[in-house]
Amino acid sequence: METYRPLSMFLECLKPSFLGCCMLVAILLNAVVFVPSAAAQTFENLLAKHAPLIHKSSSKTVAPALSEIVDFGGSVVQKFLLTWRSKDLYFLKKNGQFVYVKKLGDGGMQLINVETGAAFATVNKAAIKQIKPNSGVRAKISASLVPFLLASADHDERAASLDALARDFNKSHLPLLGAAIKTETNVVLKRRLERAYRFGLIGFGLDEDAIEAAIYELEGDLSLETRAVLNPLLSDKLYVAATLPAGINLARVIVPGKTTKLADGKAGRQSIIGGAPVELSLEAAYNMLVDAAMSPALVSVKARNTALIDAVKDGRIGVEEAAGLDNEAARNAAYSSLVLNGSAAEMINQDALRRAVEGAVFYAVYDNPSQKIVTAAKTVLADIEGEVNFYQAIDLLVDGLSLASICFLAAIGLAITFGVMGVINMAHGEFIMMGAYTGYVVQLFVPNYTLSLLVALPAAFAVTFAAGVVLERLVIQHLYKRPLETLLATFGISIALQQIAKNIFGTQARPLTSPDWLDGAWAINDVLAISNIRIAIFMLGLVFLAMLIFVMKRTRFGLDTRAVTQNPAMASSMGINPDRINMLTFGFGSGIAGIAGVAIGLFSKVTSELGSDYIVQSFMTVVVGGVGNIWGTLAGAALIGTLQKGIEWLNPSNTLAAQTYMIIFIILFIQFRPRGIVALKGRAAGD
Amino acid sequence: MPTLLQVDNISVAFDGFKAINGLSFDIGHAELRAIIGPNGAGKTTFMDIVTGKTRPDTGDVRWGAKNTSLIRKSESKIAQLGIGRKFQKPTTFEAQTVYENLLMALANNRSPFAVLRYKKSPKDETKIAEIAGLIKLKGNLNHIAGALSHGQKQWLEIGMLLAQDPQLLLVDEPAAGMTASERAVTVTLLKDLAKTRSIVVVEHDMEFIRQLGCRVTVLHEGAVLAEGSLDFVTKRQDVIDVYLGR
Amino acid sequence: MGQSIKQNTGRSLDQTIFTKFLFRNPSIVIFLAALGLFTFGVTILGEGVGLGLISTSFVKTLGKTLCLCIIAIAMDLVWGYCGILSLGHFAFFGLGGYMIGMWLMFARTKLIVIESAHNAVLPPTPGEISDAVGAQIFGVVGGADIPLIWSFADLLWVQLIMVVLVPGLLAFLFGWLAFRSRVNGVYLSILTQAMTLALSLYLFQNESGLRGNNGLSGLQYLPGLEDVPQAIVSIWFFLGSAFALALSFIGAMFFVKGKLGNIIQGIRDNEARVRFLGYNVEGYKLFVFTVTAIMAAIAGALYYPQAGIINPAELAPIASIYLAVWVAIGGRGRIYGAVIGAAFVSLVSSYFTGGQASDVSLGFGVFRWTEWWLVLLGFSFVAVTLYAPNGIGGLFDRFNRSGDA
Repeated sequence: METYRPLSMFLECLKPSFLGCCMLVAILLNAVVFVPSAAAQTFENLLAKHAPLIHKSSSKTVAPALSEIVDFGGSVVQKFLLTWRSKDLYFLKKNGQFVYVKKLGDGGMQLINVETGAAFATVNKAAIKQIKPNSGVRAKISASLVPFLLASADHDERAASLDALARDFNKSHLPLLGAAIKTETNVVLKRRLERAYRFGLIGFGLDEDAIEAAIYELEGDLSLETRAVLNPLLSDKLYVAATLPAGINLARVIVPGKTTKLADGKAGRQSIIGGAPVELSLEAAYNMLVDAAMSPALVSVKARNTALIDAVKDGRIGVEEAAGLDNEAARNAAYSSLVLNGSAAEMINQDALRRAVEGAVFYAVYDNPSQKIVTAAKTVLADIEGEVNFYQAIDLLVDGLSLASICFLAAIGLAITFGVMGVINMAHGEFIMMGAYTGYVVQLFVPNYTLSLLVALPAAFAVTFAAGVVLERLVIQHLYKRPLETLLATFGISIALQQIAKNIFGTQARPLTSPDWLDGAWAINDVLAISNIRIAIFMLGLVFLAMLIFVMKRTRFGLDTRAVTQNPAMASSMGINPDRINMLTFGFGSGIAGIAGVAIGLFSKVTSELGSDYIVQSFMTVVVGGVGNIWGTLAGAALIGTLQKGIEWLNPSNTLAAQTYMIIFIILFIQFRPRGIVALKGRAAGD
Repeated sequence: MPTLLQVDNISVAFDGFKAINGLSFDIGHAELRAIIGPNGAGKTTFMDIVTGKTRPDTGDVRWGAKNTSLIRKSESKIAQLGIGRKFQKPTTFEAQTVYENLLMALANNRSPFAVLRYKKSPKDETKIAEIAGLIKLKGNLNHIAGALSHGQKQWLEIGMLLAQDPQLLLVDEPAAGMTASERAVTVTLLKDLAKTRSIVVVEHDMEFIRQLGCRVTVLHEGAVLAEGSLDFVTKRQDVIDVYLGR
Repeated sequence: MGQSIKQNTGRSLDQTIFTKFLFRNPSIVIFLAALGLFTFGVTILGEGVGLGLISTSFVKTLGKTLCLCIIAIAMDLVWGYCGILSLGHFAFFGLGGYMIGMWLMFARTKLIVIESAHNAVLPPTPGEISDAVGAQIFGVVGGADIPLIWSFADLLWVQLIMVVLVPGLLAFLFGWLAFRSRVNGVYLSILTQAMTLALSLYLFQNESGLRGNNGLSGLQYLPGLEDVPQAIVSIWFFLGSAFALALSFIGAMFFVKGKLGNIIQGIRDNEARVRFLGYNVEGYKLFVFTVTAIMAAIAGALYYPQAGIINPAELAPIASIYLAVWVAIGGRGRIYGAVIGAAFVSLVSSYFTGGQASDVSLGFGVFRWTEWWLVLLGFSFVAVTLYAPNGIGGLFDRFNRSGDA
């Protein structure tokens, strides 16, 4: 293996390792590729014979040389080809002998024999010339290398050669693959070989039944490559004829201006709303007729106008004033007069165009002549499509869930202050922003991202808890009976906090970098990959939910809070200080907003407007879910998250529209469930 | 006596709790009736149902000579049909004058466009002056309602009901928080009014009901427990049980 | 006190309703006099027809401020009198601006297109004109077709009707849905805010047909009147705005001083009671909501030709909240309070954020008004809410105990 070292430009990232099957490979090489030729011929002689072709090679001419070199066989050939391809091959100017070169420290070049691998002389740079094959030639060389590398003892080399194969597959590789599959011991690689073999069969196979079988064997394979191999089998072309010819692999008959192309290649009727566009417009169909020389060419409006302009002399066309041609009818009339005196081609009107199109048959024919193969590909693709759709639906659901987690995180603090205490806090969004900025500041001091995240979460809670307590003491406690005024006062706070953040941190976005372990994704297959950060946010949401339920249902603080919200007078007579509880509850809700801020900051930009992006959505979440109920907030978040993703899926180009429709939906939803999904009923709900 | 209001076997439940449970109940023309019952007997809910604030789960409420069903009618429609309601707490418009309070209550066309074009007629002026005299607030017409005493507010509210010109008045605890003399005035007022229209009074104060001297209905657990004169019902054992607890 | 006058004059039939109304409400006379004096002064001092002591851009600022006073009156009616804290009235304002903006932009572009085709060999057909106009207006959003909603953009009178109709219908629909299901208080505020957000997000899309985030521009030029200098146009709009404000003020006073005013204030103070008096509270709310939305829309239609440009950011929910801030600072429940609040806060804000105010040098640093003004505004707003719920208008009440205005 030592000899492979200098070739590491090609296999740079692969670490050679023995798999302990050298013997096997040697046998394989002999059995499959090694075709003995004239025994007396040396490799050097062979090369000398083809020297002109190698010195100045082109992809068109190099083939015979390559094939003879490959036929020579053995590791010498393999090394030669690799060196040649990586532009490390030289020849001596004086006699044209091919050599490998090792650069010495003093600028001298040590020459190495191509056949024996022995160093034999040292020359200076001027004595040798580098051979630089162009990309076309290199591709040919690569293809020639496949048999060598595919049989390599090294697992990584075999894998790499398989990659090379995928890029440049030709018919000659098929038997090689077939042989390699039989001897391959590594399960993963074997599966890949099998797949490549099937792809090869489909692409180059001659036997219809074998191809069909190979297609069916691909069933359930979700990879993009499989779809890329199968889809071309269903490609078709449009034709026009006077009558439908027989003996073609017909895909569909097209009615111009009416039918659409369906996924299974058949023609479909256009639906009134949101359907696919018609496959062939009347005009396009007519142009096909023109191309097929079945109809005269159209005169476009532009061509008509040009003709008219050319015909204007002294402001007149014939007897007509050019100034009067300010409408289509007048222009058409003027053009007709040009047609009459033979100076222009006749225009085809819509009726004639329609009649011409209706008089011909437009149809699509599969490029692949075999009906069997097309059917097989259709069946398998439909099957794959079904599975892909399934995974895409799951992906969508995961998307929705992760958005729901974000909604939940952003809204849960509000669910406490608004839902439980009945205090509407428009500065809630700014608390989220404060949390995010706290995370940013912590990262300035703690460079380790994991550690800084661990510090930032409690720090954000502490900062926003304090801010919440201050806000409650200074403002909100004076406004408990005046909800609308609370809304306005906290809005004032929100303006001020936003501007202060802008003054301190500037208007540009600040990064809150997530640790590496949050950056990856959990790839389940080619269709479905869930990013770690989404999983983390989902988990964080669950943790919040559990914590909140624990605090509200299982702790003294939660009990006191519920007592104070239900009947402050009674609570205070039982020794609970409602002022203190209100203050702590508000601080708690604000603190949670701070933690949510850190989480949100990890995936979106931290700006002073971060909070205002979430405030309306958060209120919606709480209101839709049902005020005064943590489960309600959860339900609201789930509804909003999945629904918004669902709408986005229906109209993927436009997330703004999704938000618009979402809000309209919420407004309508409140019509039917004014108290939200999880509603408190009856007198307890109050008025 | 022809019935004015017929409550027929209504029930309503809040979160499984049956606030009204198969209640049936009739009121005749120009009848004064008192409803008593312990807390949670369903007195206020009964009023909510009649005035359209709460919709019963089952049963029907029929009104007047045409036997119109009141179920599914809005509060304002029911009020326009001639049912007036006085709340437990006096609810007048405290920021506005007594005159304005009464003016709003007058039984005129109540659509926004009619109101916008409204011009005072001598007839309305006379009516307001008349009611003000009746509720003893003639001298306070231009005072802000918020500045009135508690008893005066109660009267103003009754005056507003009168301005509405209802055939049936539902009065929730009119004597609550009144001085003895104010209470006496209220009793006469209600008795006077009952000569021309029906009145249902919900009250806890037995002495007040005794002064009214009318037929009494006892509610318990959302249904009628007993009906008759005050003396009759207070002697019944089941009523005593309900009040004293079993 | 006002009431005794009412009763005394109620029976004297020799006076017209209007003079009676003015007599009962002297604040109208005072207001109209002040507004007239102000308008006269600005016209005299402006560049267009007067001495040129006030720049055209400042005349425009003042004209815009008058429009803001109109929407503040609308806000005061709906919030200060009827108790509905709408965070959506700026959306109606913006919609009004869009409706008139469509005509201004379309008609002017069309004139330009026709002008540029003046020397063509063939005079342009209607189709070619509309193609060129479409390419001009919608080129920036990657389209050339004229969206359906622009079908009547060429006709001033249709767009003028739209100014009233579109926001009015939206308000009616939204209000009908919201009030019908008895959405109240802060819930209603949040819902109106959501509506505003939805509308502005919608307008941000290129598919909305209103040029997405580019909005409409060049609105300061009146189609066909390009030769009239902006100095004159600004005076026209200033006078128009002043006239509209005067009408709004009188209308609003008429609205609140009659029986309708009593009822909507009753709804504000005790909705259930009004309902049991036989009034269809939802209908009244809807009426007030829709009428004020139309007022806001008209104000917007006067505002944006002076601003010259409108884009969806103008409709952002924050604008509507600022409107509430103006009215609160001016003193809600008083029509003049709304006017004072809007004029005062918007002018002062534009002074401080516009960079005209010189920075204050403190020992340790520089206090920049542009940076800190919003902070001050936010906190002073909190202070007003906490300590002066009647706003600036509350100060007037101390001198005028009757609270008549």
